[in-house]
This record gives sequence, structure tokens and C-alpha cells, in this order.
Amino acid sequence: MRAFTQHQGIVAPMDRSNVDTDMIIPKQFLKSIKRTGFGPNLFDELRYLDEGKPDQDCSERPLNPDFVLNQDRYKGASVLLARSNFGCGSSREHAPWALDDFGFRVIIAPSFADIFYNNCFKNGLLPIVLPEEVVDQLFREAEKNEGYQLTVDLQAKTVTTPSGESFSFDVDDFRRHCLLNGLDDIGVTLEDADLIRDYEEKRRQTAPWLFNAGN
Amino acid sequence: MAGKTLYDKLWDDHLVKQRDDGSALIYIDRQLLHEVTSPQAFEGLRLAGRKPWRIDANIATPDHNVPTTDRDKGIDGIVDPVSRTQVETLDKNCDEFGILEFKIKDQRQGIVHVIGPEQGATLPGMSIVCGDSHTSTHGAFGCLAHGIGTSEVEHVLATQCLVQKKMKNMLVKVNGKLGPGVTGKDVVLAIIGKIGTAGGTGYAIEFGGEAIRGLSMEGRMTICNMSIEAGARVGMVAVDDTTIDYVKGRPFAPKGETWDKAVDYWRTLHSDDDAVFDKVVELDGSAIMPQVSWGTSPEMVTGVDGAVPDPAREEDPIKREGIVRALKYMGLQPNQKITDIQLDRVFIGSCTNSRIEDLREAAAVVKGRKVSPSLKQAMVVPGSGLVKAQAEQEGLDKIFIEAGLEWRDPGCSMCLAMNADKLGQGEHCASTSNRNFEGRQGFGGRTHLVSPGMAAAAAVTGHFVDVRELMH
Ligand code: SF4
Repeated sequence: MRAFTQHQGIVAPMDRSNVDTDMIIPKQFLKSIKRTGFGPNLFDELRYLDEGKPDQDCSERPLNPDFVLNQDRYKGASVLLARSNFGCGSSREHAPWALDDFGFRVIIAPSFADIFYNNCFKNGLLPIVLPEEVVDQLFREAEKNEGYQLTVDLQAKTVTTPSGESFSFDVDDFRRHCLLNGLDDIGVTLEDADLIRDYEEKRRQTAPWLFNAGN
Repeated sequence: MAGKTLYDKLWDDHLVKQRDDGSALIYIDRQLLHEVTSPQAFEGLRLAGRKPWRIDANIATPDHNVPTTDRDKGIDGIVDPVSRTQVETLDKNCDEFGILEFKIKDQRQGIVHVIGPEQGATLPGMSIVCGDSHTSTHGAFGCLAHGIGTSEVEHVLATQCLVQKKMKNMLVKVNGKLGPGVTGKDVVLAIIGKIGTAGGTGYAIEFGGEAIRGLSMEGRMTICNMSIEAGARVGMVAVDDTTIDYVKGRPFAPKGETWDKAVDYWRTLHSDDDAVFDKVVELDGSAIMPQVSWGTSPEMVTGVDGAVPDPAREEDPIKREGIVRALKYMGLQPNQKITDIQLDRVFIGSCTNSRIEDLREAAAVVKGRKVSPSLKQAMVVPGSGLVKAQAEQEGLDKIFIEAGLEWRDPGCSMCLAMNADKLGQGEHCASTSNRNFEGRQGFGGRTHLVSPGMAAAAAVTGHFVDVRELMH
């Protein structure tokens, strides 16, 4: 996995709460059996005026001029500023894949849905929870100042504004450690293979019905 | 020391290792796989040169992409080549790794969350995962069931464990008895209406109280299924006789002495009387009306006797904006009566409501009636090949067909419209599924979430009506 230590980038503010994963990447694009290539269809129904189809050349499609990512001032944005309960709904990991493929590295919101939050870390994407008032302030600043950038430091657990104001955020140690070092979760777990085997053996004795292959 | 909640017990029973940083390794007894969220996981396994840890813990079936007509054509019946590749990829992966799969032409094929319980592959006390957020369904059996992402699917394939942090405990207690015509679907929609779509985030929810105890397994599955719509990854109901009777005799259920031993253990799967919950929410079950969602989030819901809200009366600016946006998308007016919403299509199906009891409930309403001529389509999609067979044995298919509903083959179908079944732009649909997000059932489609009885009542009248008025 790609490691994440520090990042500085342009902020795109998406002023809408309860953004669900169907909205982040609509179902017709889930038919791919790859992990990449979802970027052009990120927020497809909000971003384009027509109905998107898989394997289509998106460069010719009519853009919705009102949608934040279509505005010139947010070109090249890599920090998504969002509202509460971001990523709710379906567990599709295609949602973080699409955000990543588009170029986002950080998502900041007052709250995230659990599964989405978790999926981000598996893909080198950093979701940051900041208090509602702070997010409000960042929205105001990003909308007011063209080219507004934030600097995120995962080691120090801080988000810093262009004026030097710094906010700290919380992230659990295991996830932070994996992300900082680009560690593969599976490799870490397999270091405990003996423990897993012991547990399994015990269960086989005490609860044999869990190991019944059916008939 | 305080007693344990059901969640505490399930957690402790599956704990392989508690790490110092608060995360833990949880052993997974069963993984269900489907074609949409597994291909990248198998690919990852192959790239890393890893093998599945315990092959017999996995069961697979294609459900999201399968067509609901012409099933005898098998994979060749899938017109969209991209969908076909996905189903073929699942077959190939399962064959290569030796994983049991109910393929497209197998009568046991169906929506993962329907076939697990149906096969007895979902047993009380198990930890279950699937790359699908509605895995919470299996919690109805007193299971610890999590929806997971594709990286986690790969992780479970490779290690038989999931990395988890323990969640907080929430009890949702539904007191009293439900009125006639009021179902598990109405209960869970009312709960979501009350606590909101993020109300359960970070919690494992246990549903309890007299109304829940009085429900069949089908009703309990419907409720646990939609835990995720309340933000909770895990929903559960304690084990009782209803649970044990349902499991008995199913293909994967234990037999003989092992059965007795299992039952002794299963009977311990309830929260202790002195267990402490971090949060308790209570509802009066006898006051719950048949529910209808009017917006683009499951919390935007009201009783069938209600009306669409007026954003002008909402004080919170973010919520007000949300209502305005939802009404615009849904093409509804503030204060419009729910019963005045005209419909274009009706969909009875999905992992929320496609089990035999759901179909019986719908059939009882349409029996001897006709689908309203104002509708473009009304369809019934059973949750599995076995549900379909059972319904046909009971003659339900004839009741539906005589009334003018289409009787389809099993799959996810119009719940998310990944196959050919979808809504046209601007069309209103009474749907027994679980998500009314923008575009969920088709680009520009407008979904109203209801119970099977309410969907059936809407089918014969062309608009929403209190199903209790049509019950004899
Ligand atoms: S029926 Fe709908 S919600 Fe259920 S698994 Fe299929 S697509 Fe998901």
C-alpha cells in the first residue's frame, strides 16, 4: 500500500451532508473487476448532465457547471472538504478507489460512515474528522480564497491552514502506523498465524458445528 | 461487575488477539461472497501468492448482476458483457480455489443474505462477513455480522480474521404489540426516522422488546438488514425458540448430539439482565403506522397518514437544504399528502423483503384484485430459487400473475438496478428495498421505501394507500 506521511493540496468544498457511496460511484461502474480507472466516473451523476455508461469516453460528456469539481478554481484538488455522515450506504470499496483515482488524498468531514472510513485506510487515503465549527470555518475560507490549500501531517496529526492556524485530529494508532509505513494489513495479521491456528483448534473442539461443510 | 450484552458475548467468543492500540483480531466463522465485491480480493490474493485460509468457511453466489428472466439460459442470458464477465470471474475464482458456489442455474442461487439463513449456513453465534453492507441481516440469528469492503474480503480470505475495534452498545427497544398490517419493515423505518441515518454510527445495535420478540425470523431479518441505514454496521436480535425452530433441519445445521450441544450454547446468546448499554432508544410498537419514505435518505420517512414536510418549518439550515434538495429530486410539493403520490412502478424484492413471508404478505393483498392500469410495471422478484419454488408450491405465483404482476427469477434486480431492471427518469416506485438514494434504482428514478403489503396495496391502487384498508 502507498504510504501517507504529509500532504499539501488544493481544497474542494462539497457542501452537502449524507453523501452516500452510490453518489460517489454509481452502480453501473461497479461491474469492473479492476481496482483502478474509476476516477472519471467519480460523482458521475452530479458531475455530468447525461447518464453515464461504463467504458465510455467521459471527455466528450456535458459537464454540470454548478458542480464543485467542475469549477476551474478547484482544478487539481486533492483535499475534499465534506459534511457529516460522508460515505454512508453501500460498503463498495469502489468509492475510495474512485476518490483516489481522481487524485484525492485527504477527506475532511465532521463525521464519516464506518465502513467507508475503514475502507479509506486500506487504500492510502486519509479521512480526517474535525469538529463541526472547524469544518464550517474551513468551508468559509476555501470558498473565499481561490487556490486555498491545506497541509496535513499524519505524524503530527495536524491540519494546517495557509495562515498557519493548526487543528489536531484523532486517528487510531494501528491505522496510523499502517498508513505511515504503507503496511499491508494481511502481512501484519499473518504474523499472528499461530494464535489464529490455536483459536481455530479450540473452537473445533468446543463448537464443531461451525466447521460443518453442509450436505 | 455488570453483565454482558449480546454483542459483548459474541465479541469475546471471537476474540483471537487484543492489540495494545485498541484494535483486535476477530475470528470469522463464515464469509459470503458475491460477484461485485470479490474479484479484486481474489486478484489481490493471487498477486501476493496467498491461499485462502479456510476454504469451507466460504460460500458464494452471483446475485447483483443476474437477469431475472430467462434463467435457463444461465450465464448466456446476461446481455451486458461487463456484467457477464463479473459473474464468470466469480465462477472462475470459486472453481480455482475450491469454494462452494451456488451458480446461476443452481436452485439454491439467490441474494446472499437470503441464502445464508435458508441453507443454515448462518447459525446463531457465528461471526459472519460479506462484502456488502446489508450483511447485518444475519444478526437476526444472534450473529456478529459485519458488512466489509473488498480489502477486508481479501483479508478474511487470507487470514480468517477481521481487524476490528470494539463498537459501543446500543439497545433499541420496541415495546408493546404491533398492530395488524404493521411489519418489521415499518418498525425499522420508524426507528431510522427517529434516530436518523447516522444515529447508529459506531454502535452495534441490539433490537429487543416485546414487538421484536413477537416477530418471525423473516421480520427480524428485515429489521437487522436495515441497521446500516441507521448507520450501524452491526444489528442483532437475541436467540429464542423462534430462532432455533427456524434453523432446525436446514442443510448446514448440526444434527443429533451436536445439535443438542449447539442449542445449549445458543440459549446463552442474549444480553444479561444487568447488562449496561451505552445508549438505549425506546419506541412504542403499538403506535407504529405503515411507513412510506418521501425523500432521498431512509430517514426521510413518515406514516402513510402523513404528509411531505415543509422545508420552511425546518429550523436547522443544513437539514432544510436537504429537504429542499430531496423534494426537488423527488418532484414532490411541501405538505403534499403521502396518499396523493402517484406511482409508475412497484418492486417487491431485495434482501430486505423477498423471503417467503414477504411474498405471502403481498399476495394476500393483491389476491382477487388487479394492478392499477396507471402503472407501467409491477414486479415480484423472489430472494432465492428456493423461495421461488416454495411460493409456487403455495400458488402465490398464480395470484401475482392473475393480478397482473410480473413473476421473476431471483436476484438483487431493481434494488440497485445493476441488471436490466431499472426505473426511468422521474418515475416513482413503491419499493420494498432498503435505499432511496438518488439514482439508486435507475438514473433519475424516485424510490419510496415501503413494506411488501404496502407495495402490494400501491400496485392495485396506483398510489399509496394504508394497506389496512385493503385487508379483510
Ligand atoms: S438486494 Fe439490494 S441491498 Fe440487498 S444485497 Fe442486493 S443490491 Fe444489496
